[in-house]
Amino acid sequence: MSPTGSAIGSRILRSRALAALTSPHGVDRYLEQVNPMWAAHEVRARVVEVRRETTGSPESGTAPVATITLQPTSTWRGHRAGQYVQVGVDLPGSRRRTTRCFSISSAESGPGERFTLTVRAHDEGQVSKFLVHEAEPGQMLHLSQADGDFTLPGSPATPSPYPLVFITGGSGITPAMSMVRTLLRDGYDAKAHRKVLFLHFARSPEDQIFADELAEIAAADNDIDVHLRYGEQIFSEFELRRLVPDYRNTDTWACGPGAMVELIQAAYAGSDRLRLEFFEPPRISGGEAAEGDVVFGRAGRSAANTGESLLDQAEALGLKPEFGCRMGICFTCTSKKTEGTVRNVITGAESSLPDEDIQICVSAPVGDCVVDL
Amino acid sequence: MTAQKTEETTTQEHVVPGDVLLNKLTAEQLDAFGGELDAIRQRVLSELGDEDADYIRRIVKAQRGFEVAGRALFYLPPAWPLAVASLSVSKILDNMEIGHNVMHGQYDWMGDPGLNSRMYEWDNVCPSSQWKYSHNYIHHTYTNILGKDRDIGYGILRMDEEQEWRPYYLGNPLYATLLMLGFEWGVAMHDLEFERIISGEKSWAETKHLHAGLIRKIRNQALKDYLLFPALTGPLFPLTFVGNATANLVRNIWAFNIIFCGHFPAGVSTFSEEECENESRGHWYYRQLLGSANITGSKLFHTMTGNLSHQIEHHLFPDLPARRYPQISEEVREICQRYGIDYNTGPLGRQLFSVARKICRLALPDRKQARRSAAVTRPAFAA
Repeated sequence: MSPTGSAIGSRILRSRALAALTSPHGVDRYLEQVNPMWAAHEVRARVVEVRRETTGSPESGTAPVATITLQPTSTWRGHRAGQYVQVGVDLPGSRRRTTRCFSISSAESGPGERFTLTVRAHDEGQVSKFLVHEAEPGQMLHLSQADGDFTLPGSPATPSPYPLVFITGGSGITPAMSMVRTLLRDGYDAKAHRKVLFLHFARSPEDQIFADELAEIAAADNDIDVHLRYGEQIFSEFELRRLVPDYRNTDTWACGPGAMVELIQAAYAGSDRLRLEFFEPPRISGGEAAEGDVVFGRAGRSAANTGESLLDQAEALGLKPEFGCRMGICFTCTSKKTEGTVRNVITGAESSLPDEDIQICVSAPVGDCVVDL
Repeated sequence: MTAQKTEETTTQEHVVPGDVLLNKLTAEQLDAFGGELDAIRQRVLSELGDEDADYIRRIVKAQRGFEVAGRALFYLPPAWPLAVASLSVSKILDNMEIGHNVMHGQYDWMGDPGLNSRMYEWDNVCPSSQWKYSHNYIHHTYTNILGKDRDIGYGILRMDEEQEWRPYYLGNPLYATLLMLGFEWGVAMHDLEFERIISGEKSWAETKHLHAGLIRKIRNQALKDYLLFPALTGPLFPLTFVGNATANLVRNIWAFNIIFCGHFPAGVSTFSEEECENESRGHWYYRQLLGSANITGSKLFHTMTGNLSHQIEHHLFPDLPARRYPQISEEVREICQRYGIDYNTGPLGRQLFSVARKICRLALPDRKQARRSAAVTRPAFAA
């Protein structure tokens, strides 16, 4: 279909007339019966290719990584480099649709354009294991639109003595990779007069995602310096200071496991130049020891507060609350807190309102707390 | 007069068929009975998966197919009966096997927003949110408790001897017929509790929170069935209009009959509020059992009733996928036999006849009721 043709088509599909005719189910509930790639509002994608990045090694406890190329429906609005997408998979056998968030690893996409996810098959991650081991070309996935503020400013190529710094760990490399790929695709080169510094920590060279591409980027004549560090050390402030002495005044994008992000946060000492992306929430650390009791009202269960997130504490008691991303994004786990104070483990904000809807995956009780679960 | 009446009610002994049997079961027996049913529930929950997901998706596909075919066949005037039939099947599947069951949360475990109880909206003038309150919560929690379960007679009919007879109930068969013909409207108006507004227990203003949702839903349903789709067939407007109305009517009659057979044939029992205070899980199951009746039939028949032909199993396990009810019915029946609990089942014709007879019989003052009142008043004469 020509671009104008498909524009007219999608306008008809989203029209109020068609919404009225297909009430109460909506246009998408009919289109999906004919072709899963047809949609008026929802976003779905067909798996086009699954490429193995690393094989992982059982000895060092690392899991394999794969890059999955997706062809989204025409409803996909595109993404900005650094954003994530929620991916829903109908798991084989149990048929439970499980949704997780993944950063997009390819350069910025336009409406309806293909993009890639790069995923590590974590042991406890059902969706990531499915994507790496079981996904095959032709399979359908359910998506959200791209979201997230972990993105580059409009024009990073403004000449400046301060570099752009990316600090990443493990599979946290994906959003930074999307940014670097976007810069390079859009002609970022030595004439931009603003250096890019890419500092990445991985377990071992075998476990390095995008190794060949990073080597090419490092070797090419551009303003991008790539520094790869291998070993058990997840982050080194000393290393960062050596590369960027005035790092606290430098625009930085950091993404990695929770423990790494905590170290980076400490190093930047509250500087607003630091932008963070978690792919797991930071463990609740420091502060006063956990006090009080947590009560799950509907289940009639209670226990001493361990200081962990309410979701973790509920699960430890054998409850099975609904959850999705486990990082405060998807709102699947939203529950009512009837009494007590909770702290958002990502922002640190505390709230004590009664009968308040909270995301239990990123809320930890401060003292006694009652949740309607 | 009023004071005397209250006294009568308090001195009057409350006798329902369920009590007689209940007295035979000890608390321990009831607990064991509940335990056996809980075990069935746990087993089915652990088995949910591919088969259930494929089944409901197949039904949804069939429903969409019948709907599109029905709408399209209105363009061929000779195929009008076929169009009506197709659209009727679509609406029946949508309301019963899909809508009613999905809104019970039977498929929430799949995590599919299109089959989620919080998001599903059905092809019916009753807004799903109001339906879920009056049906899932009130009816399924307080099943057959007089004064609490508003589904007993829907506030219009006299469906139980314990409902005191008034001359108004002489119209019982007429009201039932009207309710059958306009069943979706009856269901939509259910939450407004007209009978309590008329009797002055409730004010019109108290129903205000329901109005916007109700009006929106009615508008959307009327717009597509009585304006847009007829208009799209151009000169065939009147035929399509009547066809859509007929499909809605067919669905109303079908749903009414299946639901009345599931709840009101002879032998089904009602309970008082006092009997159900602090009740055990076993007693809850027991009440659900005595409050429901099944209809026997073919596999296709069961599908067309949304498997509500297994009303007993549905009332025991309202949130298990309904396609599982026929599979577990033999087991439930066997358990009932062992505990000496009546398992009410029969072919559609017999259950319908039983319901019709009950509607007519209760239109008249109850002979037993009259005797009982006489018994109560007699000592007063003596004194």
